[in-house]
Amino acid sequence: MQIDINQASSYYRQMLLIRRFEEKCMELYSHELIRGFLHLYIGEEAIAVGVMDAAGAEDAVIATYREHGHALARGIPAKAVMAELLGKAEGCSRGRGGSMHIFDAKRRFYGGLAIVAGGLPLAVGMALADRMMKRDRVTICFFGEGAVAEGEFHESLNLAALWRLPILFVCENNGYAMGTALERSESEQNIAKKASAYNISASQVDGMDVFAVAASAKEAIAQIKENSAPVFIECLTYRFRAHSMFDAELYRDKAEVEKWKQKDPLTLLKNQLETAASGSQLDEDALEKEVASVIGEAVAFAKNGTLEEVADLEKFVYSEEVQQ
Amino acid sequence: MSGTITYREAVRAAIQEAMQNDERVFLMGEDVGRYGGSYAVSKGLLEQFGGERIIDTPLSESGFTGAGIGAALNGMRPIVEIMTVNFSLLALDQIVNTAATMRYMSGGQFNVPLVIRMATGGGNQLGSQHSHSMEGWYAHVPGLKILTPATVQDAYDMLHLALKDPDPVLIFEHALLYNSKGELDKQAVPIAIGKASVHRQGKDISIITYGISLFKSLEAAEILSKEGIEAEVIDLRSLRPLDDETIMASVSKTHRVLIVDEGWKSGSVSAEIMARINEQAFYELDAPMQRVCSIEVPFPYARHLEQAALPQVDKIVTAAQKLMEEL
Ligand SMILES: Cc1ncc(C[n+]2csc(CCOP(=O)(O)OP(=O)(O)O)c2C)c(N)n1
Repeated sequence: MQIDINQASSYYRQMLLIRRFEEKCMELYSHELIRGFLHLYIGEEAIAVGVMDAAGAEDAVIATYREHGHALARGIPAKAVMAELLGKAEGCSRGRGGSMHIFDAKRRFYGGLAIVAGGLPLAVGMALADRMMKRDRVTICFFGEGAVAEGEFHESLNLAALWRLPILFVCENNGYAMGTALERSESEQNIAKKASAYNISASQVDGMDVFAVAASAKEAIAQIKENSAPVFIECLTYRFRAHSMFDAELYRDKAEVEKWKQKDPLTLLKNQLETAASGSQLDEDALEKEVASVIGEAVAFAKNGTLEEVADLEKFVYSEEVQQ
Repeated sequence: MSGTITYREAVRAAIQEAMQNDERVFLMGEDVGRYGGSYAVSKGLLEQFGGERIIDTPLSESGFTGAGIGAALNGMRPIVEIMTVNFSLLALDQIVNTAATMRYMSGGQFNVPLVIRMATGGGNQLGSQHSHSMEGWYAHVPGLKILTPATVQDAYDMLHLALKDPDPVLIFEHALLYNSKGELDKQAVPIAIGKASVHRQGKDISIITYGISLFKSLEAAEILSKEGIEAEVIDLRSLRPLDDETIMASVSKTHRVLIVDEGWKSGSVSAEIMARINEQAFYELDAPMQRVCSIEVPFPYARHLEQAALPQVDKIVTAAQKLMEEL
């Protein structure tokens, strides 16, 4: 395999940023600076980074409540995300969203949506609008394998295929929906196969391998544009941490977690570089330093942020505030 | 340019004009195209605008309502038609969890200019799964606007107002009103969203109502008038926002209040109005407020039973008479 060192280094930096960002979140959570539900993306970084590499600035992104990684990979500044997690007015959702509701209009990032499968119908409509207005854009929709059991998943896949809409569905199959293993919730556990049943071109990809994810997302987007039809990618992955901060992880073995950690996407990328024997190496120390400084700034920015005025509590319920 | 047309024709004319004037407007729902709409509202529109803009959807209320939200987020002005309010419950997630929250939880970055129309109400002997009036539920939700056109003029005006609104608007069309006839003046300046209108002036009692119950209330008012009781009849028009100002002004004038609401009593719009009058105009009242609502049953099929479950003119008259007897 030929590996471009600049590309590898860029992927590595982005994945490292997400990894360290999430670790910082855990720490801030234990200090009670971040509250509410907090879902970490540790272990799954290669998916957001790989897919975002394939996404154009004009494309739209819809993600779930486990979306810090997607937000960062999309280019939303770490400080805007961190300020949101600390509930500050400088946060990307002005303190009204929190960890599960990151939004950024400028980067066409439509959430941060916390109803499992709730983002899929939105993707259908976004893509429908693009097609009606003859805009050459793709809507990228991320969701976990837990969403597959919901009716909205099936309604949306059917609509997307029926209307041949430009949507890239990215299923992040980490094996568990909270404590429910896939084999305990689905009669057919090959999710790509389910998508195929809707006449959608679908495949499975190693979600720990950023190059594989990026390649498959790039190919998918080209295919979506060429055939004007949706494409479905099932990324096989694993979350290394608990579902959220309220999870004793009673449902899985430590050994299983350790086994998956052998496939850590960051380590995998380093190994790929070594076996490629391109002669070039990652400057890990420099990347760690760079990432640490970005996160340090983000935390400082968030801590120094201001609190939204309570007088503005009702702001943004309606476009022009109405008398209730 | 005024004339007499049906409520159905008024809604259709409004959709038609909006689609002619704005390429971002489109209509989507179950059987809106080839079938012509389950209440025939969109009849003929497929031929005029084609299948790209009059979109027949599969039976996927949550899917196509959510698609309406997505299209609205992405620059369109969709009109989503849901056959009846009962079926809208399958889209409740998208309406309540997404459409209503998007603007707020994104800190003002994304708004959802979506119009959702649906039929509501009983009286057609359609039984317990097609007859309920659940607009009051939706009125509970911040982020939504809830309109209940009763007149032909409002059936027309409200669709235009809703399409101009930057936020999600739900329009509840009472199924028994589609054939009703009335005057439509297309040049008239529409009454804004959130404004009630006083259909009949009166000094003795305020009858506050909306939707089809407006006509029952007006009929009751004529009967009461013969007995020397002059009722003021208010059409709320919008259940969210509610027009407190018009309500309180009327209460301050008549000092007696009767609310007529086809929803069930418990946790209803009528309950909300009573609470607001209690908060804002309690000392204006000369008698306890009363209401005529639907009886708290899943709607029955048999005609006599269904009619007994609904608010009726005689019930309104009796309730008003009793209220007037209070000192
Ligand atoms: C409709 C709905 N039901 C239940 C929940 C509670 N819940 C939050 S996350 C989750 C598990 C989802 O698992 P999956 O889709 O695989 O995503 P993951 O958390 O593994 O990334 C559940 C059940 C919810 N948010 N929405």
